[in-house]
This record gives sequence, structure tokens and C-alpha cells, in this order.
Amino acid sequence: MIKFDRKRYLRRRILNATVLSISVLNVAFALVFLFWILWTLFSHGFSYLNLSVFTKMTPPPGNAGGLLNAIAGSLYMVTVATLIGTPVGILAATYLAEFGKNGWLAPTTRFINDILLSAPSIVIGLFIYAIAVHSVGHFSGWAGALALSLIVIPVVVRTTENMLQLVPSSLREAAAALGAPQWKVVVMVVYRAARAGMLTGLLLAVARISGETAPLLFTALNNQFWNSDLNGPMSSLAVVIFQFAMSPYEDWQHLAWAGALLITLFVLGLNILARSLFRRGPTSS
Amino acid sequence: MPPLFFNHNYTTMPIFSQEASHKRQAMFDLLFRSLTRVCAFGVLALLAAIIVSLVDGSMPAIHAFGLGFLTSSDWDPVNDKFGALVPIIGTLITSGIALLIGIPVSFGIALFLTELSPRILRRPLGIAIELLAGIPSIIYGMWGLFVFAPFAADHIQPWINDNLGNLPLIGVVFQGPAMGIGMLTASFILAIMVIPFTSSVMRDVFEIVPPMLKESAYGLGATTWEVVRNIVLPYTKVGVVGGIMLGLGRALGETMAVTFVIGNAHELSASLLMPGNTISSALANEFTEAVGDIYTSSLITLGMTLFVITFVVLALAKLLLLRLSAREGKQT
Amino acid sequence: MNSKLKQLFIGIAATAAIAYAGVSQATDITGAGATFPYPVYSKWADAYKKNTGIGLNYQSIGSGGGIKQIEAKTVDFGASDMPLEPDVLEKSGLMQFPTVIGGVVPVVNLDGVVSGSLKLDGATLADIYLGKITKWNDPAIVALNKDIKLPDQDITVVHRSDGSGTSFIFTNYLSKVSPEWKSSVGVGTSVAWKAGTGGKGNEGVASYVQRIKGSIGYVEYAYALQNHMNHVSLKNHDGHYVQPEASAFQAAAAGAEWDKAPGFYLLLTDQAGKNSWPIAGATFILMYKVQDKPATAKEVLKFFAWSYAHGSKMASDLDYVPLPASLVKLIHKEWESQIKTAAGKSVWK
Repeated sequence: MIKFDRKRYLRRRILNATVLSISVLNVAFALVFLFWILWTLFSHGFSYLNLSVFTKMTPPPGNAGGLLNAIAGSLYMVTVATLIGTPVGILAATYLAEFGKNGWLAPTTRFINDILLSAPSIVIGLFIYAIAVHSVGHFSGWAGALALSLIVIPVVVRTTENMLQLVPSSLREAAAALGAPQWKVVVMVVYRAARAGMLTGLLLAVARISGETAPLLFTALNNQFWNSDLNGPMSSLAVVIFQFAMSPYEDWQHLAWAGALLITLFVLGLNILARSLFRRGPTSS
Repeated sequence: MPPLFFNHNYTTMPIFSQEASHKRQAMFDLLFRSLTRVCAFGVLALLAAIIVSLVDGSMPAIHAFGLGFLTSSDWDPVNDKFGALVPIIGTLITSGIALLIGIPVSFGIALFLTELSPRILRRPLGIAIELLAGIPSIIYGMWGLFVFAPFAADHIQPWINDNLGNLPLIGVVFQGPAMGIGMLTASFILAIMVIPFTSSVMRDVFEIVPPMLKESAYGLGATTWEVVRNIVLPYTKVGVVGGIMLGLGRALGETMAVTFVIGNAHELSASLLMPGNTISSALANEFTEAVGDIYTSSLITLGMTLFVITFVVLALAKLLLLRLSAREGKQT
Repeated sequence: MNSKLKQLFIGIAATAAIAYAGVSQATDITGAGATFPYPVYSKWADAYKKNTGIGLNYQSIGSGGGIKQIEAKTVDFGASDMPLEPDVLEKSGLMQFPTVIGGVVPVVNLDGVVSGSLKLDGATLADIYLGKITKWNDPAIVALNKDIKLPDQDITVVHRSDGSGTSFIFTNYLSKVSPEWKSSVGVGTSVAWKAGTGGKGNEGVASYVQRIKGSIGYVEYAYALQNHMNHVSLKNHDGHYVQPEASAFQAAAAGAEWDKAPGFYLLLTDQAGKNSWPIAGATFILMYKVQDKPATAKEVLKFFAWSYAHGSKMASDLDYVPLPASLVKLIHKEWESQIKTAAGKSVWK
């Protein structure tokens, strides 16, 4: 019989128990902060989240008002940014996953994409300022949307490439065996199979840019009034929050917290939607 | 079965139509492939354009200061003397500490979610932790400044100052007035922001470990920790390093959250409790107000330096990953 | 793509198209710059729009930003707390004029000291910010405050971490009252502070001062009032100790000789006058002398003319000080003579 070293066994068990309890503590740690932040948002912002936030424009200090132009501006720019960035991102990811097996372009692009993914958004804002604001002579919602789309592209490329790679090759091979041309294989079989994951990536990108402030500061600027013309300075929720939170006026601070709560609820909602979509599996219909 | 791909019935179509159809499809194929290739190039071109724009903007500062810019800790807007040392060190230290705190915690979370947690809790807990990633960074900044910093000033920092400040040698790192803001607070908030990314990647790769390997180890009498340490971690090395790199990338570039709580002091200080600066926060704090070519150009040079740092870090990570994969015999 | 998604995308595209083509109340004028006057400009703009239907969109990106953007011609006018020197104005083809006056107020966090009772003079304040005076019971401070028991406590100095016109006015004052400050630190929206920690924005400075015991900082007057902060009484140029209030700022402006200052380059720090607050300053608008878009320029001038005439109460409600009438008359004259079309015709008639 093998000699049973009681002391050593005990030591192993204690080590195991210690590590496992630490891991429980780690989870608790993360959850504590999540709830603390959400609680802060709710307690500061909820009481000020009333109907006028959605129906009135951003006011000067001392007046009552809302966040309508900021909400609308954010919606415009996020939509345009997504419409610009998603096709480019998906197509680039398609190249990386489907067509880039040989050669230098795919690994290089993947690497460059990772760099862009970690690029500080303020640098992107500076870049767009140089090419789309300074050169045309005015701030615009287009410039803001363009800056946001530059943040969308790397996110979409990454997630889409991962999703496309998860699609089993047997699907592709089956379609090719049936005589389908390559583009149809990709568009009609692979995309369809990965669509849940791709949608997840899209939602995550939207969630990411909805909360971005720095790229909009020097591109879309901000606007006190309603502006639906993307050619002029455009208000956005993130910039308004940034401005109002740092001001000495109480009504502005209240609006800032209400806006912060709005953005967070929107972003978290998108995140939950994205996660629940994806967990259904990449190949389920 | 309904015809998925074909609008025509190829079996009854005349031969020359088939050929034309094939030619058309081949053209579409070429178009599609070229389109994707163009988009991939587009990503490259994008980075190139950003770098060109940054370099162009940095020229005045580089002419004025040369390479000494990177080692000088001056920051004098009145006399137009600038140096990048303080922001660079600040960036590296805050990211480093963020990882130091964040990686073990992420690992613990991933461990819990894959090995310990009851099945029904797995998804909600996972989603809850990933929600931390979703919170916009300006919210972290506001929470940090208005809620966490006062809390740290009242409860955490005095404790640190009293108990750790008197340690020999490293004590000076923990001494300082309890202001709430500073390098330590900024690093801590960065850690919280990094944790959801790293832990979700770690969790994803932990889940892919073939159960057979783990069961074999359990069968031999290993404890959970021993299985994780000796089976799961080596198997998922590549993914874990990838997750850490993702977190590091996020930490290096994070602007808003750090800007609110780092205190923007262009002073090198040994203590973590003192305010400092990172490249992103210097840009956010000072770019709009910067008057004059040299000032603006110095800030742009800072931005370029951050890009270079990110590039170097990611390149090192890729090298490491390649080495690890090669050792495991994977195709590289 | 499944049909639901398709419908969603079509819906979004349609909404975007409709909205874009829809009623576009795009603002007619855009300006950017100083954060200090932002509240009053936005209040004026709101009232002006209700009155005339013309929207003036002002964004506070900082004085330096205002100067940069007007130089880049991405805005119709720039705003700066820091006036440009006459030769800089000449070189860039700009002209400037003041709009409102405000003050910068040192604030402290000292237990047992009633707001407004701590007395400081310029030299002592400069020494504190230079890091030469480090404790509250330093003989220099005690000498000025014989009736207050000052604690043996470290002074935590708080300044602005971001560049700002408030800092500009403050450092300008310190340079005037302390030769050492002038030579070792100087004046600017952002300087190499010798001591202390930086708070972001007035809010940042105020929150640090309110939290850290024994701290001192400087904030805009409106901010000190709104947050009920413990302010300091300063010794002015004439040797009197004054409290920061609207009348003290007005006194500082009244003594100033605007007509003798080319380009209105006048800093209201350390002004003569029995009741003058020593750290006051005006904020300025920058416009091109030769206008490419004379119609827009006229709208800008009309806005400010309206604001001078009707906006005084709004300004004082927000704790700013409106300009004296004589100064406004001067400003009108400058508009007429300085702002011209490319052909040389005056824009403001």
C-alpha cells in the first residue's frame, strides 16, 4: 500500500481551500464595485430622470431643461458611425478569416487592428480634427461620427473574425461541394451561421461608442440647441455630461447624473442583449 | 429541398448559359475578394494615416527638444519647455499596478466561474462581471472623483500611510497626504476597468480545456487548485497571455477615468499617494487650452509616444505568444 | 440577413434620412473658448434665441482652444480669459473686446475660521503658492491675522490641473505682487506650479479644498458663492482689506482706463481703488478684423450688442459683473472702426 503522508495531504487541502476562498472573494470584489457604481448612479440620477429630460433641450444654468438635443445628437452620430464602420469592419474581418490564409496582409492587419483597438480615443479625436475639422473649417456631426466609426472598426473586425473562425469548415466545404461560388459561401452560409455572434460584436461596438467622450470633444464640439444637421456642431450625451458634471450649478449637475444614468442603462442593456444573443451558440438559428 | 443557391435549374440549362453564369459568379468572386482585401488594407491605411498625422504634428517639438524630450521631466508652458518623462512613467506605473491588482483578481474570478460556481449562477455572474466592462469610462471618472476618492481619503489612504508608510526602503512609496486622488487611486480604478476584460477572456479559454484532461487529474487525486495550476493554466497559456494583453491595452489608453482622479501633477514623486500624470490624462487636461506651436506639438508628441509604447507592448506580447505556441507545436 | 434585422436597418436608415432632411434649426453662429463666461453666454444665447430666433452656439473648450479655433477659422468668434497682446493681435489680424467681468477668489479649509475673516496679502499668497510658507501658523500669516488662532498645520496648496483663464488671472496677480513669482514661475493659463496638487476644473479645486483640511485654492467667484466656500479677504493695491463681491469687482473695473488700452488689453488685477478686489478680470471675444463672412460677423455683433443692452441682470444673477456703460460705448466704437469687410466697408453700422 502506498504510504499516506497525512501532513502533506493536509497542506495540499489547505492550499486548495485558501485559493478557492480567495477566488470567491475576487468575485465578491468585482460585484461590490459593480453594485457600488450602479448604486451611485441610481441614487444621484434617478430622482432627476423625469419626462422633461426627454422633451426639453439643454438649458443655460438656472433654467429648467432636459437633454433632448444631447440624446438626439448621440443617436444620430452613433447610428452614422455604426453604418460607416460596420461594413468596413465585417469585410476586413472576412478577409482575415476567409481569404487571408497565405501572405503577409492578414497577420499584419490583425496586429495593426489590435493596436487600433487599444488606441486612446483622444488620439483618434485629434486625428479626425486634423483631417475633417481643420481642413473644412467647421465642427460637424459628420466629423464626430467619423471619429466614432474609427473606434467601431477595430471592435467589429476583432469580434467578427472570431465569430467567422468559429464556423466549422464542414459548412463551407458542403456549400462549395454543392457548387456555390466563394462569395456566396461566405455571404449566404458563413455570415448566416455567425450572425448571432456578429450581431453581438455590433452591439458591443455600439455600446462602446455610446459612452465615448474624448473623440467628440474636438470633432462634433457640442451644441446648446437642437441641431439635426450633421454639417454643424452637434450635441452628444457624453460631452454634455462631462461639461455639466464639472460645473458649479446644481441643476446642471443633476442633469449630468441623469444623463449618466441614461447612458449606463442604455449601454448595459445593449451588453446584456449582446451576451444573451451570443450564448445561444454561434451556429444556432 | 428548396434550392438555396441557384436561381436556375442547372440540369436543364443550356451549356453556354452555364458558362456565362459561371463567368459572372467568378467575377463576383473576384469583386468580393478584392473588396475584402481593400477593407483590410483600409485598416492598415488608417493606422498609417494616424501615424503620419501624429508625426507631422510632432515635428516642431522634436526639432526643439530632440530625443531629450523623452527623458526630461520639465513641464513649463510659460517658458515653452516640455518633457515627456513624467507622463510616460505615470502611464507605465498606473498600467503596471492595474495589472498587478487586476490579473490575480481576474484569474480568481475565472477560476470561480469555471470550477466552483453552481451551474445556474454561472451565466448571471458572468454577465454581471462583464457589465463592469460596459460602464462608460466617464462614469468611472465621475464615480471615482465624487464617490471613491473621498472614501479613499477618509478610510484607505490614512491606513496606508500609517501602516505601510513606515516600512524600511519601500515605505516612501506609501507616504503622503490623504487626498483621495493620486496614482494609487487611478491605478485602482484602472484595475477595476481591466478586470472584466481579462477575466472574460480567461474564462472563455478555461472553458475550452477538454474535460478529459481535467478528469484524469481529478482521478489521480488532485485538488481543484492543483488541476488548475498544472493542467488548465499550461493548456490555456496562450489565451491567458492574450487576455492580459487586452487588459494592458485598455489600461494604457484609458483617458476619462484616469483624468478625473490622477491629479495632473507634472512632478515625479516616489509616493503612490501623490498625484501624477499619464499621457492620456495630460492630453485630455491640456490640449484644448494649449496655446502656441511648441506646447501643442509637445502634446501631440506625447500622443505619438503612447502609440509607440502600445505598439512595443503588443509586439512583445505577440512574440511571447508565438514562442509559447511554437513550443506547444501549434502551427504558427 | 433575417428579415427582422433588415427591417431594423431600414427603419434606422429611414429615420436618419427623414431627420436629416427635416426641420433643420441649425445654429447660425458658432463660438468657442473660455470656460469662465460659459454660463452667462449660454444664458444670453437662450434668451436671444427666444427673442430673435437666431441661435448662437457657444462651447467652452478653454481659452487656448478659443484662440486656436478662431485662428483656424473653424468658429465665428473665439473667447479667451486671457487677452492677447496688441502685437499678437496685429500679427494674427484679430481684434478683441471684453464682455463681462468676474473675479478669482482664494478659498480655504480651516476649522474655526469664519468665511471672509482670514486676511492675506499678495506677497503672502505668492509665498504660499511658491511653497515658501508651509504652515498655517507661519509668522507672515499670523502677522496679518492677530485676532485668529491659526493652527500648526501643513498648508495643502491646490491649483488647477487643466489650463484655464482662471489660472491666468491668478498668476497674473501673483506676478504683479511678487517679483519672485514673476521671475520663477510667470503668468499663463498653465504654469509650472512650484507646490501643491492640481484639481480639474473649478469643481476639482473646490472639491479638494472642501475635503482636505488646511488646504487653500482659488476658484471663480460664481463657484465660491454657489458652493458656500470659505473665502479669504485680500489686501488690495490701496492697502484695504476687501471681501470678494460684485461691488468690489465693479470698483476694480471702474478705475481701469479702458480708453488708454489698445486692443482693450487691460488686466484688472491689483487695480487701484479703495474697494477694488485685487484679482478681477474681464473675459474677451476675438474676431477677425477683415471678415470673410460679413453677414455672420454682423450677427455676432448684434448678439453682443443685445447682450450688453438687455443681459445685465442675467449676468449679475449668475454672479458676473456687467461692463460699465462707458466701456460699452467704447466697444461699439471699436466695432465700427475695426471690423471691416474685405472691401474695407465697416460691418457694424
